[in-house]
Amino acid sequence: MRVSNMKRIYVNEEWCLGCRLCEYNCAFANSGLKDMVTALKGKPIYPRIRVEDNQRITYAVSCRHCTDPICVKSCIAGAMYKENSVVKLDKSKCVKCLTCMLVCPFGALTIGENGVVQKCELCLQNSCGEPACVKGCPNRAIVYEERGEAE
Amino acid sequence: MKHYVIIGNGVAAVGCIEGIRSLDKNAKITVISEENRAVYSRPLISYYLEDKTDLERINYRSPDFYDKMGCEVLYGKKAVRLYCNLKNDIDSDLVTNNQKKVVVSDGTVLDYTSVCVATGSVPFIPNIEGLDEVKDKFCFMTLDDAEALKSAVNSKSRVLIIGAGLIGLKCAEGLHNRVASITVCDLADRVLSSVLEDDGAAIMKRHLETNGIKFMLSDTVMQFKKHTAIMKSGRQVEFDVLVLASGVRPNTGLIKDAGGEVNRGIIVNDRMQTSLADVYAAGDCTEGNDVSFGGRRVLALLPNAYMQGFTAGVNMAGGNEVYDKAIAMNSVGFFGLHAMTAGVYNGEIYEEKDESSLKRLFVKDGYLVGFIIVGRVERAGIYTSLIRERTPLSEIGFDILKKDATTAAFPSNVRRKMFEGVV
Repeated sequence: MRVSNMKRIYVNEEWCLGCRLCEYNCAFANSGLKDMVTALKGKPIYPRIRVEDNQRITYAVSCRHCTDPICVKSCIAGAMYKENSVVKLDKSKCVKCLTCMLVCPFGALTIGENGVVQKCELCLQNSCGEPACVKGCPNRAIVYEERGEAE
Repeated sequence: MKHYVIIGNGVAAVGCIEGIRSLDKNAKITVISEENRAVYSRPLISYYLEDKTDLERINYRSPDFYDKMGCEVLYGKKAVRLYCNLKNDIDSDLVTNNQKKVVVSDGTVLDYTSVCVATGSVPFIPNIEGLDEVKDKFCFMTLDDAEALKSAVNSKSRVLIIGAGLIGLKCAEGLHNRVASITVCDLADRVLSSVLEDDGAAIMKRHLETNGIKFMLSDTVMQFKKHTAIMKSGRQVEFDVLVLASGVRPNTGLIKDAGGEVNRGIIVNDRMQTSLADVYAAGDCTEGNDVSFGGRRVLALLPNAYMQGFTAGVNMAGGNEVYDKAIAMNSVGFFGLHAMTAGVYNGEIYEEKDESSLKRLFVKDGYLVGFIIVGRVERAGIYTSLIRERTPLSEIGFDILKKDATTAAFPSNVRRKMFEGVV
Protein backbone atom coordinates (compact mmCIF):
# COMPACT_ATOMS: atom_id res chain seq x y z
CA MET A 1 0.00 0.00 0.00
CA ARG A 2 1.30 3.41 -0.95
CA VAL A 3 -0.15 5.02 2.15
CA SER A 4 1.83 8.25 1.95
CA ASN A 5 0.72 8.76 -1.63
CA MET A 6 -2.93 8.75 -0.73
CA LYS A 7 -2.49 11.83 1.41
CA ARG A 8 -3.92 15.05 0.10
CA ILE A 9 -4.00 18.66 1.12
CA TYR A 10 -7.18 19.89 2.80
CA VAL A 11 -7.95 23.36 4.02
CA ASN A 12 -10.13 24.72 6.80
CA GLU A 13 -11.53 28.18 6.21
CA GLU A 14 -12.63 28.51 9.80
CA TRP A 15 -9.05 28.28 10.93
CA CYS A 16 -7.39 30.23 8.11
CA LEU A 17 -6.10 33.60 9.32
CA GLY A 18 -5.46 34.87 5.80
CA CYS A 19 -1.83 35.54 6.74
CA ARG A 20 -0.54 34.21 3.40
CA LEU A 21 2.45 32.53 5.04
CA CYS A 22 1.63 29.49 2.90
CA GLU A 23 2.22 31.55 -0.25
CA TYR A 24 5.62 32.67 1.02
CA ASN A 25 6.62 29.23 2.23
CA CYS A 26 5.57 27.75 -1.10
CA ALA A 27 7.49 30.30 -3.14
CA PHE A 28 10.57 29.75 -0.97
CA ALA A 29 10.40 25.95 -1.06
CA ASN A 30 10.19 26.02 -4.85
CA SER A 31 12.83 28.71 -5.34
CA GLY A 32 15.70 26.27 -5.09
CA LEU A 33 17.47 28.73 -2.77
CA LYS A 34 18.67 28.01 0.76
CA ASP A 35 17.93 31.33 2.36
CA MET A 36 14.37 32.69 2.56
CA VAL A 37 15.44 36.32 2.59
CA THR A 38 17.55 35.97 -0.57
CA ALA A 39 14.74 34.03 -2.21
CA LEU A 40 11.87 36.40 -1.45
CA LYS A 41 12.90 39.82 -0.16
CA GLY A 42 12.02 42.64 -2.49
CA LYS A 43 11.02 40.31 -5.34
CA PRO A 44 7.71 39.35 -6.85
CA ILE A 45 6.80 35.92 -5.52
CA TYR A 46 5.36 33.05 -7.54
CA PRO A 47 3.56 30.72 -5.15
CA ARG A 48 1.73 27.62 -6.31
CA ILE A 49 -0.86 28.10 -3.60
CA ARG A 50 -3.11 31.11 -3.32
CA VAL A 51 -5.21 32.43 -0.49
CA GLU A 52 -8.74 33.12 -1.68
CA ASP A 53 -10.71 35.81 0.07
CA ASN A 54 -14.35 36.88 -0.12
CA GLN A 55 -14.29 39.40 2.71
CA ARG A 56 -15.90 36.91 5.06
CA ILE A 57 -13.63 33.92 4.82
CA THR A 58 -10.15 33.03 3.60
CA TYR A 59 -8.69 29.69 2.55
CA ALA A 60 -5.78 28.47 0.48
CA VAL A 61 -6.16 26.82 -2.94
CA SER A 62 -3.57 24.61 -4.57
CA CYS A 63 -3.76 21.61 -6.93
CA ARG A 64 -6.30 19.00 -5.79
CA HIS A 65 -4.46 16.19 -7.59
CA CYS A 66 -7.82 15.07 -8.97
CA THR A 67 -8.63 11.40 -9.37
CA ASP A 68 -9.48 12.11 -13.01
CA PRO A 69 -7.39 15.18 -13.79
CA ILE A 70 -8.83 17.13 -16.69
CA CYS A 71 -5.59 19.13 -17.01
CA VAL A 72 -3.66 15.95 -17.80
CA LYS A 73 -6.21 14.88 -20.40
CA SER A 74 -6.26 18.36 -21.94
CA CYS A 75 -2.54 19.15 -22.06
CA ILE A 76 -1.71 19.69 -25.72
CA ALA A 77 1.97 18.98 -25.18
CA GLY A 78 1.66 15.73 -23.25
CA ALA A 79 3.58 17.57 -20.53
CA MET A 80 1.24 16.68 -17.68
CA TYR A 81 0.93 13.27 -16.12
CA LYS A 82 -0.10 11.56 -12.94
CA GLU A 83 2.45 9.52 -11.05
CA ASN A 84 1.84 7.90 -7.67
CA SER A 85 -1.32 9.96 -7.25
CA VAL A 86 0.51 13.24 -7.83
CA VAL A 87 -0.33 15.38 -10.86
CA LYS A 88 2.96 16.57 -12.31
CA LEU A 89 4.13 18.93 -15.02
CA ASP A 90 7.19 18.27 -17.16
CA LYS A 91 8.37 21.85 -17.70
CA SER A 92 10.75 20.84 -20.46
CA LYS A 93 7.77 19.80 -22.60
CA CYS A 94 5.42 22.64 -21.61
CA VAL A 95 4.96 25.29 -24.33
CA LYS A 96 2.99 27.70 -22.09
CA CYS A 97 -0.23 27.42 -24.07
CA LEU A 98 -2.17 27.58 -20.77
CA THR A 99 -4.77 24.99 -21.80
CA CYS A 100 -4.41 23.52 -18.28
CA MET A 101 -5.48 26.87 -16.84
CA LEU A 102 -8.40 26.97 -19.26
CA VAL A 103 -9.78 23.71 -17.86
CA CYS A 104 -8.88 23.59 -14.15
CA PRO A 105 -12.11 24.11 -12.17
CA PHE A 106 -10.18 25.27 -9.10
CA GLY A 107 -7.97 27.86 -10.76
CA ALA A 108 -5.08 25.96 -9.22
CA LEU A 109 -2.44 26.41 -11.91
CA THR A 110 -0.50 29.63 -11.92
CA ILE A 111 1.91 31.48 -14.15
CA GLY A 112 5.37 31.62 -12.65
CA GLU A 113 8.50 33.60 -13.39
CA ASN A 114 9.05 34.23 -17.12
CA GLY A 115 5.59 32.96 -17.98
CA VAL A 116 6.19 29.32 -17.07
CA VAL A 117 3.23 27.33 -15.87
CA GLN A 118 3.57 25.98 -12.37
CA LYS A 119 1.55 23.87 -10.02
CA CYS A 120 1.73 22.27 -6.60
CA GLU A 121 3.58 18.98 -6.63
CA LEU A 122 3.31 18.62 -2.84
CA CYS A 123 6.97 19.68 -2.41
CA LEU A 124 7.94 16.09 -3.16
CA GLN A 125 10.19 17.39 -5.93
CA ASN A 126 11.96 20.09 -3.90
CA SER A 127 14.22 20.09 -0.87
CA CYS A 128 11.34 20.58 1.54
CA GLY A 129 10.14 17.03 0.88
CA GLU A 130 6.71 17.64 2.42
CA PRO A 131 4.19 20.39 1.66
CA ALA A 132 5.80 23.61 2.89
CA CYS A 133 2.41 25.31 3.08
CA VAL A 134 1.24 22.70 5.60
CA LYS A 135 4.46 22.70 7.60
CA GLY A 136 4.46 26.46 7.99
CA CYS A 137 0.77 27.09 8.60
CA PRO A 138 0.57 28.65 12.07
CA ASN A 139 -3.01 27.61 12.70
CA ARG A 140 -3.27 24.16 11.11
CA ALA A 141 -5.66 25.58 8.50
CA ILE A 142 -3.89 23.51 5.83
CA VAL A 143 -3.38 19.83 6.54
CA TYR A 144 -1.86 16.98 4.60
CA GLU A 145 -3.62 13.78 5.50
CA GLU A 146 -5.38 10.71 4.30
CA ARG A 147 -9.15 10.87 4.22
CA GLY A 148 -11.68 8.41 2.92
CA GLU A 149 -11.17 6.18 -0.05
CA ALA A 150 -7.90 6.09 -1.88
CA GLU A 151 -7.87 5.80 -5.64
CA MET B 1 -8.66 -13.31 -29.04
CA LYS B 2 -10.18 -9.88 -28.99
CA HIS B 3 -8.62 -7.48 -31.44
CA TYR B 4 -9.08 -3.74 -31.28
CA VAL B 5 -8.08 -1.76 -34.32
CA ILE B 6 -7.44 1.97 -34.15
CA ILE B 7 -7.28 3.85 -37.43
CA GLY B 8 -5.11 6.91 -36.88
CA ASN B 9 -2.24 7.60 -34.52
CA GLY B 10 -2.93 10.99 -33.03
CA VAL B 11 -4.08 12.04 -29.59
CA ALA B 12 -7.53 10.45 -29.98
CA ALA B 13 -5.75 7.15 -30.66
CA VAL B 14 -3.72 7.54 -27.46
CA GLY B 15 -6.91 8.22 -25.52
CA CYS B 16 -8.43 5.12 -27.10
CA ILE B 17 -5.43 2.93 -26.24
CA GLU B 18 -5.40 4.17 -22.65
CA GLY B 19 -9.16 3.72 -22.43
CA ILE B 20 -8.97 0.12 -23.65
CA ARG B 21 -6.10 -0.70 -21.31
CA SER B 22 -7.94 0.77 -18.33
CA LEU B 23 -10.20 -2.29 -18.61
CA ASP B 24 -8.52 -4.86 -20.82
CA LYS B 25 -4.82 -5.47 -20.27
CA ASN B 26 -4.46 -8.35 -22.69
CA ALA B 27 -6.38 -7.98 -25.91
CA LYS B 28 -4.51 -7.25 -29.09
CA ILE B 29 -4.42 -3.62 -30.22
CA THR B 30 -3.33 -2.59 -33.71
CA VAL B 31 -2.80 1.05 -34.61
CA ILE B 32 -2.72 2.10 -38.26
CA SER B 33 -0.51 5.17 -38.59
CA GLU B 34 -0.39 7.04 -41.87
CA GLU B 35 2.47 9.19 -40.64
CA ASN B 36 5.78 7.47 -40.14
CA ARG B 37 6.10 8.72 -36.58
CA ALA B 38 5.15 7.88 -33.04
CA VAL B 39 2.35 10.07 -31.73
CA TYR B 40 3.37 13.70 -31.32
CA SER B 41 1.58 16.84 -30.15
CA ARG B 42 0.20 18.18 -33.39
CA PRO B 43 -0.53 21.71 -32.15
CA LEU B 44 3.16 21.99 -31.24
CA ILE B 45 4.43 22.09 -34.81
CA SER B 46 4.52 25.90 -34.68
CA TYR B 47 6.63 25.69 -31.52
CA TYR B 48 8.93 23.38 -33.43
CA LEU B 49 9.48 26.17 -35.97
CA GLU B 50 10.32 28.48 -33.08
CA ASP B 51 12.71 25.92 -31.54
CA LYS B 52 10.55 25.89 -28.41
CA THR B 53 10.29 22.14 -28.79
CA ASP B 54 12.25 19.56 -30.74
CA LEU B 55 11.74 16.16 -32.33
CA GLU B 56 12.12 14.46 -28.96
CA ARG B 57 10.07 16.70 -26.71
CA ILE B 58 7.26 17.03 -29.22
CA ASN B 59 6.43 13.36 -28.62
CA TYR B 60 3.10 13.15 -26.84
CA ARG B 61 4.04 10.02 -24.93
CA SER B 62 7.29 8.35 -23.84
CA PRO B 63 9.26 6.34 -26.43
CA ASP B 64 8.19 3.02 -24.84
CA PHE B 65 4.49 3.96 -24.91
CA TYR B 66 3.33 1.42 -27.52
CA ASP B 67 5.41 -1.37 -25.99
CA LYS B 68 4.11 -0.66 -22.54
CA MET B 69 0.57 -0.59 -23.85
CA GLY B 70 1.08 -3.75 -25.87
CA CYS B 71 0.17 -2.18 -29.22
CA GLU B 72 1.35 -3.04 -32.66
CA VAL B 73 1.71 0.04 -34.86
CA LEU B 74 1.59 -0.23 -38.64
CA TYR B 75 3.61 2.82 -39.66
CA GLY B 76 3.29 4.47 -43.05
CA LYS B 77 0.06 2.60 -43.75
CA LYS B 78 -3.43 3.75 -44.40
CA ALA B 79 -6.77 2.09 -43.86
CA VAL B 80 -8.40 2.03 -47.28
CA ARG B 81 -11.69 0.30 -46.54
CA LEU B 82 -13.74 -0.55 -43.51
CA TYR B 83 -16.23 -3.40 -43.52
CA CYS B 84 -18.74 -3.96 -40.80
CA ASN B 85 -21.83 -5.98 -40.12
CA LEU B 86 -24.17 -4.22 -42.47
CA LYS B 87 -26.42 -6.09 -44.85
CA ASN B 88 -26.06 -3.50 -47.60
CA ASP B 89 -22.28 -3.80 -47.63
CA ILE B 90 -22.11 -5.95 -50.73
CA ASP B 91 -19.33 -4.67 -52.91
CA SER B 92 -16.75 -7.19 -51.79
CA ASP B 93 -16.27 -10.91 -51.25
CA LEU B 94 -14.99 -10.02 -47.81
CA VAL B 95 -18.46 -9.57 -46.46
CA THR B 96 -20.04 -12.76 -47.69
CA ASN B 97 -19.58 -14.13 -44.18
CA ASN B 98 -20.56 -10.84 -42.70
CA GLN B 99 -17.09 -10.22 -41.38
CA LYS B 100 -15.74 -7.15 -39.72
CA LYS B 101 -12.54 -6.17 -41.46
CA VAL B 102 -10.20 -3.29 -42.13
CA VAL B 103 -8.28 -3.33 -45.39
CA VAL B 104 -4.87 -1.70 -45.12
CA SER B 105 -3.04 0.05 -47.98
CA ASP B 106 -0.44 -2.72 -48.25
CA GLY B 107 -3.17 -5.30 -48.78
CA THR B 108 -3.22 -6.60 -45.21
CA VAL B 109 -6.70 -7.38 -43.95
CA LEU B 110 -7.32 -7.04 -40.22
CA ASP B 111 -10.24 -8.67 -38.41
CA TYR B 112 -11.53 -6.65 -35.53
CA THR B 113 -13.68 -7.04 -32.46
CA SER B 114 -14.25 -3.30 -32.50
CA VAL B 115 -12.61 -0.47 -34.36
CA CYS B 116 -12.06 3.19 -33.63
CA VAL B 117 -11.79 5.64 -36.50
CA ALA B 118 -9.52 8.47 -35.38
CA THR B 119 -8.50 9.83 -38.74
CA GLY B 120 -8.43 13.51 -37.80
CA SER B 121 -8.90 16.16 -40.42
CA VAL B 122 -7.45 17.07 -43.76
CA PRO B 123 -6.50 20.54 -44.95
CA PHE B 124 -8.91 22.33 -47.21
CA ILE B 125 -7.08 23.47 -50.34
CA PRO B 126 -8.75 26.44 -51.99
CA ASN B 127 -9.22 26.33 -55.71
CA ILE B 128 -7.15 29.30 -56.90
CA GLU B 129 -6.01 29.91 -60.44
CA GLY B 130 -2.27 29.41 -60.82
CA LEU B 131 -1.86 27.59 -57.49
CA ASP B 132 -0.31 24.59 -59.26
CA GLU B 133 2.48 26.82 -60.59
CA VAL B 134 3.50 27.93 -57.08
CA LYS B 135 6.56 25.88 -56.22
CA ASP B 136 7.10 26.53 -52.53
CA LYS B 137 3.68 25.93 -51.07
CA PHE B 138 2.89 24.14 -47.84
CA CYS B 139 0.06 23.10 -45.62
CA PHE B 140 0.64 23.33 -41.88
CA MET B 141 -0.93 20.24 -40.38
CA THR B 142 1.81 17.72 -39.74
CA LEU B 143 5.35 17.59 -38.44
CA ASP B 144 6.43 16.68 -41.97
CA ASP B 145 4.82 19.94 -43.16
CA ALA B 146 6.69 21.87 -40.46
CA GLU B 147 10.01 20.27 -41.33
CA ALA B 148 9.53 20.97 -45.03
CA LEU B 149 8.57 24.57 -44.30
CA LYS B 150 11.54 24.99 -41.98
CA SER B 151 13.96 23.93 -44.69
CA ALA B 152 12.24 26.02 -47.37
CA VAL B 153 12.56 29.38 -45.60
CA ASN B 154 15.52 31.62 -44.85
CA SER B 155 16.07 35.10 -43.50
CA LYS B 156 15.22 36.60 -46.88
CA SER B 157 11.94 34.75 -47.38
CA ARG B 158 8.74 36.68 -47.89
CA VAL B 159 5.93 34.46 -46.64
CA LEU B 160 2.29 34.67 -47.60
CA ILE B 161 -0.17 32.79 -45.41
CA ILE B 162 -3.73 32.23 -46.59
CA GLY B 163 -5.90 31.99 -43.49
CA ALA B 164 -5.83 34.05 -40.28
CA GLY B 165 -7.22 31.25 -38.15
CA LEU B 166 -5.45 29.34 -35.40
CA ILE B 167 -3.31 27.34 -37.81
CA GLY B 168 -2.29 30.28 -40.01
CA LEU B 169 -1.46 32.58 -37.12
CA LYS B 170 0.45 29.97 -35.10
CA CYS B 171 2.42 29.31 -38.28
CA ALA B 172 3.10 33.06 -38.58
CA GLU B 173 4.34 33.20 -35.00
CA GLY B 174 6.48 30.13 -35.53
CA LEU B 175 8.09 31.59 -38.64
CA HIS B 176 8.55 35.21 -37.61
CA ASN B 177 12.17 34.86 -36.45
CA ARG B 178 13.20 32.85 -39.48
CA VAL B 179 11.95 34.99 -42.34
CA ALA B 180 12.02 38.54 -43.72
CA SER B 181 8.30 39.21 -43.81
CA ILE B 182 4.95 37.57 -43.21
CA THR B 183 1.65 38.63 -44.74
CA VAL B 184 -1.56 36.91 -43.67
CA CYS B 185 -4.72 37.25 -45.72
CA ASP B 186 -8.22 36.06 -44.88
CA LEU B 187 -11.61 36.52 -46.40
CA ALA B 188 -12.98 37.21 -42.90
CA ASP B 189 -12.84 40.79 -41.63
CA ARG B 190 -10.97 39.81 -38.44
CA VAL B 191 -8.31 37.44 -37.19
CA LEU B 192 -9.23 34.15 -35.46
CA SER B 193 -12.79 34.54 -36.73
CA SER B 194 -13.81 31.09 -35.50
CA VAL B 195 -12.97 31.86 -31.87
CA LEU B 196 -12.94 35.65 -31.40
CA GLU B 197 -15.50 38.38 -31.98
CA ASP B 198 -14.72 41.90 -33.17
CA ASP B 199 -13.13 43.48 -30.07
CA GLY B 200 -10.98 40.54 -29.00
CA ALA B 201 -9.84 40.04 -32.58
CA ALA B 202 -8.90 43.71 -32.86
CA ILE B 203 -6.72 43.52 -29.74
CA MET B 204 -5.03 40.37 -31.01
CA LYS B 205 -4.51 41.79 -34.50
CA ARG B 206 -2.88 44.94 -33.11
CA HIS B 207 -0.60 42.81 -30.97
CA LEU B 208 0.40 40.64 -33.94
CA GLU B 209 1.02 43.75 -36.06
CA THR B 210 3.25 45.17 -33.32
CA ASN B 211 5.25 41.99 -33.70
CA GLY B 212 5.69 42.48 -37.41
CA ILE B 213 2.90 40.39 -38.93
CA LYS B 214 1.09 42.15 -41.79
CA PHE B 215 -2.57 41.55 -42.55
CA MET B 216 -4.84 41.76 -45.55
CA LEU B 217 -8.29 41.05 -44.18
CA SER B 218 -11.58 40.87 -46.07
CA ASP B 219 -9.33 39.94 -48.93
CA THR B 220 -8.09 36.79 -50.59
CA VAL B 221 -5.99 35.57 -53.46
CA MET B 222 -7.79 35.40 -56.80
CA GLN B 223 -4.81 34.32 -58.88
CA PHE B 224 -1.18 33.37 -58.59
CA LYS B 225 1.41 34.38 -61.13
CA LYS B 226 4.41 32.45 -59.86
CA HIS B 227 5.70 34.69 -57.04
CA THR B 228 2.92 37.22 -57.20
CA ALA B 229 -0.48 36.88 -55.62
CA ILE B 230 -3.21 38.97 -57.14
CA MET B 231 -5.75 39.79 -54.51
CA LYS B 232 -9.48 40.26 -54.77
CA SER B 233 -8.96 43.91 -53.79
CA GLY B 234 -6.67 44.32 -56.78
CA ARG B 235 -3.56 44.60 -54.63
CA GLN B 236 -0.57 42.42 -55.39
CA VAL B 237 1.65 40.56 -52.95
CA GLU B 238 5.14 39.36 -53.82
CA PHE B 239 6.11 36.22 -51.94
CA ASP B 240 8.64 33.39 -51.92
CA VAL B 241 6.84 30.86 -49.76
CA LEU B 242 3.11 30.19 -49.55
CA VAL B 243 1.29 28.57 -46.61
CA LEU B 244 -2.24 27.28 -47.13
CA ALA B 245 -4.19 27.50 -43.88
CA SER B 246 -7.72 28.19 -44.99
CA GLY B 247 -9.29 25.51 -42.89
CA VAL B 248 -9.64 21.82 -42.31
CA ARG B 249 -12.27 19.22 -43.05
CA PRO B 250 -13.03 16.15 -40.95
CA ASN B 251 -11.58 13.06 -42.58
CA THR B 252 -14.75 11.00 -42.87
CA GLY B 253 -14.22 8.92 -46.02
CA LEU B 254 -13.92 5.49 -44.39
CA ILE B 255 -17.21 5.78 -42.55
CA LYS B 256 -19.00 7.32 -45.51
CA ASP B 257 -17.83 4.49 -47.77
CA ALA B 258 -18.89 1.94 -45.19
CA GLY B 259 -22.40 3.41 -45.18
CA GLY B 260 -22.18 5.10 -41.79
CA GLU B 261 -23.88 8.33 -40.88
CA VAL B 262 -21.78 11.37 -41.72
CA ASN B 263 -22.69 15.03 -41.68
CA ARG B 264 -19.78 17.49 -41.60
CA GLY B 265 -18.05 14.99 -39.36
CA ILE B 266 -18.69 11.36 -38.45
CA ILE B 267 -21.80 11.33 -36.29
CA VAL B 268 -21.11 9.91 -32.83
CA ASN B 269 -23.19 9.58 -29.68
CA ASP B 270 -21.94 10.26 -26.16
CA ARG B 271 -20.36 6.80 -26.05
CA MET B 272 -18.48 7.57 -29.28
CA GLN B 273 -20.40 4.96 -31.24
CA THR B 274 -20.99 5.65 -34.91
CA SER B 275 -24.14 4.44 -36.66
CA LEU B 276 -22.23 1.25 -37.58
CA ALA B 277 -22.08 -1.74 -35.24
CA ASP B 278 -18.81 -2.04 -33.29
CA VAL B 279 -17.42 1.01 -35.05
CA TYR B 280 -16.42 3.94 -32.87
CA ALA B 281 -14.94 7.28 -33.82
CA ALA B 282 -13.05 9.95 -31.90
CA GLY B 283 -11.27 13.24 -32.39
CA ASP B 284 -11.31 15.84 -35.14
CA CYS B 285 -13.07 13.57 -37.64
CA THR B 286 -16.22 13.42 -35.51
CA GLU B 287 -19.33 15.45 -34.94
CA GLY B 288 -20.62 14.92 -31.42
CA ASN B 289 -22.72 16.71 -28.83
CA ASP B 290 -21.60 20.08 -27.54
CA VAL B 291 -23.34 20.86 -24.24
CA SER B 292 -23.02 24.63 -24.59
CA PHE B 293 -24.20 24.59 -28.19
CA GLY B 294 -27.06 22.21 -27.45
CA GLY B 295 -26.52 20.05 -30.50
CA ARG B 296 -23.91 18.27 -32.52
CA ARG B 297 -20.92 20.01 -34.04
CA VAL B 298 -17.35 19.32 -35.04
CA LEU B 299 -14.99 20.20 -32.18
CA ALA B 300 -11.50 19.90 -33.57
CA LEU B 301 -9.68 20.40 -30.28
CA LEU B 302 -6.95 18.36 -28.72
CA PRO B 303 -8.53 17.92 -25.25
CA ASN B 304 -11.73 16.80 -26.91
CA ALA B 305 -9.82 14.30 -29.04
CA TYR B 306 -8.21 12.72 -25.99
CA MET B 307 -11.45 12.51 -24.02
CA GLN B 308 -13.44 11.14 -26.93
CA GLY B 309 -10.70 8.61 -27.62
CA PHE B 310 -10.62 7.51 -24.00
CA THR B 311 -14.40 7.15 -23.94
CA ALA B 312 -14.35 5.11 -27.16
CA GLY B 313 -11.61 2.90 -25.76
CA VAL B 314 -13.40 2.11 -22.51
CA ASN B 315 -16.59 1.25 -24.40
CA MET B 316 -14.76 -0.85 -26.98
CA ALA B 317 -13.34 -2.88 -24.12
CA GLY B 318 -16.82 -3.51 -22.76
CA GLY B 319 -17.06 -0.65 -20.27
CA ASN B 320 -19.71 2.00 -20.04
CA GLU B 321 -18.16 5.41 -20.38
CA VAL B 322 -20.06 8.51 -21.39
CA TYR B 323 -18.51 11.78 -22.55
CA ASP B 324 -21.28 14.30 -22.37
CA LYS B 325 -19.36 17.39 -21.36
CA ALA B 326 -17.77 18.44 -24.60
CA ILE B 327 -17.64 22.15 -25.31
CA ALA B 328 -15.71 24.27 -27.74
CA MET B 329 -12.72 25.79 -25.97
CA ASN B 330 -9.37 27.23 -26.88
CA SER B 331 -6.35 28.65 -25.18
CA VAL B 332 -3.99 30.32 -27.56
CA GLY B 333 -1.21 32.84 -27.15
CA PHE B 334 0.72 34.93 -29.66
CA PHE B 335 3.91 36.74 -28.70
CA GLY B 336 2.96 36.60 -25.03
CA LEU B 337 -0.67 37.73 -25.32
CA HIS B 338 -3.14 35.00 -24.43
CA ALA B 339 -6.73 34.48 -25.43
CA MET B 340 -9.03 31.94 -23.86
CA THR B 341 -12.45 31.14 -25.22
CA ALA B 342 -15.15 28.60 -24.46
CA GLY B 343 -18.70 27.68 -25.33
CA VAL B 344 -21.01 29.74 -27.51
CA TYR B 345 -21.33 33.48 -27.87
CA ASN B 346 -24.95 34.35 -27.38
CA GLY B 347 -27.18 35.54 -24.57
CA GLU B 348 -26.72 38.37 -22.11
CA ILE B 349 -23.25 39.88 -22.05
CA TYR B 350 -21.13 40.89 -19.09
CA GLU B 351 -18.12 42.80 -20.29
CA GLU B 352 -14.89 44.39 -19.03
CA LYS B 353 -12.71 46.03 -21.62
CA ASP B 354 -9.66 48.20 -22.01
CA GLU B 355 -6.97 48.84 -24.62
CA SER B 356 -5.21 45.52 -24.28
CA SER B 357 -7.62 43.17 -22.57
CA LEU B 358 -11.16 41.95 -22.82
CA LYS B 359 -13.47 39.80 -20.80
CA ARG B 360 -16.85 38.96 -22.24
CA LEU B 361 -19.10 36.43 -20.52
CA PHE B 362 -22.28 35.11 -22.13
CA VAL B 363 -25.22 34.13 -19.92
CA LYS B 364 -28.31 32.42 -21.25
CA ASP B 365 -31.32 31.05 -19.40
CA GLY B 366 -29.49 31.20 -16.09
CA TYR B 367 -26.35 29.44 -17.27
CA LEU B 368 -22.93 30.66 -18.30
CA VAL B 369 -22.72 29.43 -21.89
CA GLY B 370 -19.55 31.04 -23.20
CA PHE B 371 -16.70 33.48 -22.69
CA ILE B 372 -13.96 35.33 -24.51
CA ILE B 373 -11.03 36.48 -22.43
CA VAL B 374 -8.02 38.23 -23.90
CA GLY B 375 -5.16 39.21 -21.65
CA ARG B 376 -6.04 38.43 -18.03
CA VAL B 377 -6.67 34.73 -18.36
CA GLU B 378 -5.81 33.54 -14.85
CA ARG B 379 -8.29 31.05 -13.40
CA ALA B 380 -10.52 31.14 -16.48
CA GLY B 381 -10.92 27.41 -15.80
CA ILE B 382 -13.48 28.27 -13.12
CA TYR B 383 -15.68 29.77 -15.85
CA THR B 384 -15.00 26.86 -18.23
CA SER B 385 -16.13 24.48 -15.54
CA LEU B 386 -19.42 26.36 -15.04
CA ILE B 387 -20.15 25.96 -18.75
CA ARG B 388 -19.07 22.32 -18.92
CA GLU B 389 -20.97 21.29 -15.79
CA ARG B 390 -24.04 23.42 -16.67
CA THR B 391 -24.01 24.90 -13.17
CA PRO B 392 -27.18 26.98 -12.59
CA LEU B 393 -25.92 30.49 -11.83
CA SER B 394 -28.67 30.84 -9.23
CA GLU B 395 -26.77 28.30 -7.11
CA ILE B 396 -23.57 30.33 -7.01
CA GLY B 397 -22.56 33.92 -6.39
CA PHE B 398 -22.28 35.04 -9.98
CA ASP B 399 -22.28 38.77 -9.15
CA ILE B 400 -18.87 38.36 -7.55
CA LEU B 401 -17.77 35.59 -9.87
CA LYS B 402 -18.34 37.49 -13.09
CA LYS B 403 -15.88 40.14 -11.91
CA ASP B 404 -13.36 37.82 -10.34
CA ALA B 405 -12.91 34.15 -11.20
CA THR B 406 -12.65 32.75 -7.70
CA THR B 407 -14.10 29.76 -5.90
CA ALA B 408 -14.58 32.12 -2.93
CA ALA B 409 -17.69 33.41 -4.69
CA PHE B 410 -19.38 30.02 -4.37
CA PRO B 411 -21.71 29.42 -1.41
CA SER B 412 -20.00 27.43 1.33
CA ASN B 413 -21.93 24.21 0.65
CA VAL B 414 -20.81 24.20 -2.98
CA ARG B 415 -17.27 25.05 -2.01
CA ARG B 416 -17.13 22.37 0.67
CA LYS B 417 -18.19 19.77 -1.84
CA MET B 418 -15.56 20.97 -4.31
CA PHE B 419 -12.74 20.94 -1.81
CA GLU B 420 -14.02 17.96 0.18
CA GLY B 421 -13.79 19.61 3.54
CA VAL B 422 -14.57 22.59 5.71
CA VAL B 423 -14.07 25.27 3.14
